[in-house]
Amino acid sequence: MSAAETSWVKQYLFSTDHKVIGKQYLLTGLFMALIGGILAVAFRTNLASPGVLSDSAYLRLVTYHGSIMFFWVAMPVLLGGFGNLLIPLMIGARDMAFPTLNMLSYWTFVVSAIVLILSFFVPGGGFSGGWTIYPPLSAMPDAFLGEHLGTILFLLAVALEFASMLMGGVNFIATIITMRTKGLSFFRLPLMIWMQLIASVLFLLSVTPLIAGAFMLMMDIFAGTHFFTVTAEHTGNPILFQHLFWFFGHPEVYVILFPALGIIAEIFPANTRRPFYSYKTLVWTAIIAGVLSFLVWAHHQFVAGINPYSAIWFSVFTVAISVPFSISLVVMGLSLVNGSIRFTAPMVWAVGAYAMFIIGGLTGLPLGAFTADVYFHDTYFVVAHFHYTVFTIAVLSAIAGLYYWFPKWFGRQLNETFGKWHAILTLIFYNGFAFPGFFLGLAGHPRRYASLGFFEYLHEYQWVHVMMTVSTYLLFATQLVFAVYFIYAIFKGKKVEDPNPWKATTLEWLAPSPPPHLNWGNTHPIVEHDPYEYAVNGELKAKGIDFLPQGKLYVLKKSDAEKQEQEG
Amino acid sequence: MAQELKVELEGVSKDAIGGVIEQEELEPAGAPPARVGFWVFIAGEVIILLSLIASAIYFRLTYPHWHETSTFTNVIISTINTFILLTGSLTAVLAHHFAFADAWKKARRFLLLTMLCGLAFVGMKAYEYSLEIHHGFYPNTDPFWMFYYTITGIHGLHVFAGACILFGVWLYVRKTKSKYAVENAALYWHFVDLVWLYIFPMFYLT
Repeated sequence: MSAAETSWVKQYLFSTDHKVIGKQYLLTGLFMALIGGILAVAFRTNLASPGVLSDSAYLRLVTYHGSIMFFWVAMPVLLGGFGNLLIPLMIGARDMAFPTLNMLSYWTFVVSAIVLILSFFVPGGGFSGGWTIYPPLSAMPDAFLGEHLGTILFLLAVALEFASMLMGGVNFIATIITMRTKGLSFFRLPLMIWMQLIASVLFLLSVTPLIAGAFMLMMDIFAGTHFFTVTAEHTGNPILFQHLFWFFGHPEVYVILFPALGIIAEIFPANTRRPFYSYKTLVWTAIIAGVLSFLVWAHHQFVAGINPYSAIWFSVFTVAISVPFSISLVVMGLSLVNGSIRFTAPMVWAVGAYAMFIIGGLTGLPLGAFTADVYFHDTYFVVAHFHYTVFTIAVLSAIAGLYYWFPKWFGRQLNETFGKWHAILTLIFYNGFAFPGFFLGLAGHPRRYASLGFFEYLHEYQWVHVMMTVSTYLLFATQLVFAVYFIYAIFKGKKVEDPNPWKATTLEWLAPSPPPHLNWGNTHPIVEHDPYEYAVNGELKAKGIDFLPQGKLYVLKKSDAEKQEQEG
Repeated sequence: MAQELKVELEGVSKDAIGGVIEQEELEPAGAPPARVGFWVFIAGEVIILLSLIASAIYFRLTYPHWHETSTFTNVIISTINTFILLTGSLTAVLAHHFAFADAWKKARRFLLLTMLCGLAFVGMKAYEYSLEIHHGFYPNTDPFWMFYYTITGIHGLHVFAGACILFGVWLYVRKTKSKYAVENAALYWHFVDLVWLYIFPMFYLT
């Protein structure tokens, strides 16, 4: 189908092409990230100079910031965006398994975003009970917060977002399992594809119990049941909701973490010119961590009144899960050893993200051990810890991926020098706002308070809040400049000549930049090698070859029927 | 290698071209995407229902009156409903059988029969609800009725969705003759049937 035959609406709006949908996800995610960022700037301003916002407005902004960054930025960008744009190209397919479902998934996502934004402005205001939607705040919106409509719309938005991501997840799993091209066995899949597959499976298995919990929550709100609410006559169980939420919530972190690790695992080999240190180790540690992630959820509830004996076991599994993750990070680090590293912009971003993951990972350990967590729980230590993981995932890794694949997706270049300065400034300001949180937490600073007013022992740390807020401003300004440049480069950037500017091996670099509809024209890629055949110190080097593409394009012979049609 | 065909793909480097290949050599050997995708979807659905059932068991452990409250449920209607669902499963299997034997007229007739079973089930269930509400049992009466209405309600919605899917497939296969559409509709039917086989003892026979 050529551009002339399809209307503008079909080509750019209601397209079933995986690349268009991926870009739609990417840009919608970027837009939502701006909203989430503005919210962060607003409530950080209140922390630096209390009184700018009312206490309830502060809580509302924090709630929306968390939900937006998780569900409307990290997931659509890393799964919807990167997944859709990369899976068919990297496995040598022409589109996803279910293109129409894919389009439906995106538009459900758009509706969810609109409902979320609407919920903020309805009478009574948006939901302000935190992104964890704990009852009774969520189950009795009238009694506590007076945000009846806002709460219901908020829940509806989250439900629609889950529906959208589930449609995407089913599509990803079916595509990766059934549409791999000839020669692409599972253990030849690029690591990014493995990570997308594991993430999709984790999401499917973890979000479904929360959907059940959401049904019960809705029954509490609309039918007056008492699943999670407690009154004089009826005893519900609010802890049950926490269990259902965190059974989802913890794997959910890995749902976005794995694609981020996948991005780094693609950028490292291409920029070190050596094969990944141990491909299978990374795959297996991700699978093991994925399985273990279903056994650790209650470490978010150590102070919620769960049985102390079960807390011991959740501690043990939580500390155990650090083993596969440590191994995978070590394997990634070893992939840098003996390489001939090129510090391109994506590589600077990936190394930065890698370093930040280590901080995020190590600070998780004291939170997972329940004796330590009793002190750290609900302090700024937790806030700093999850920003070191989630910000690294959703911003550092995602932007690393954007710099890396931008030439392929848009056929244009991002400026290398700009990219490196962007990385360095982002890292400085990011640490400026996130790192002091560890010390505030150690000093006993609780999270979710609009100001230090209640806590006299913390008044001497007000200057730390000012510093964090200034860093937040600078961080946001840096990203704003990038966002403008990014949009500019999509339309006006310098065109790339070479379809493979990084000299990378995986299949997507065989396609033209940007790839046409159905990706491969009258050719078809066939895989002949492992994904990361680079030359450093190996057999290839002896032969004088720098890198070996994973496969080659083969021209399809026309069938007899097609030949006749062409002649006639 | 003789380049007998032109590469109709602009902007690819010449090194990337490996040769010529017949269309037939590319056919993926794996399972059809429609089948894999639907099984994945069913897996998700199973966990939703399983979580609800697990939550019910969790509540039941601490609720002493579960057993005596459950005696107020209507065993006769639910037994008839169980037979309706099982009959539907039989007709669904027959629809699948005839679809794969290319006997489309029979296959479509059995699809319609299965759909009617679904509608009959939903009708009976609605009647049963009206009796219970008439006797003063509401979703907020106690933990038993709370879970009863939630779980059987969600299951009823699934049966109704199944009937809609069956009707949709009945229309869809008239021209397309898609075997996998019939297979997936039948699969969905078996799933709602299976869930009922957990619900039935849990609320009626306990």
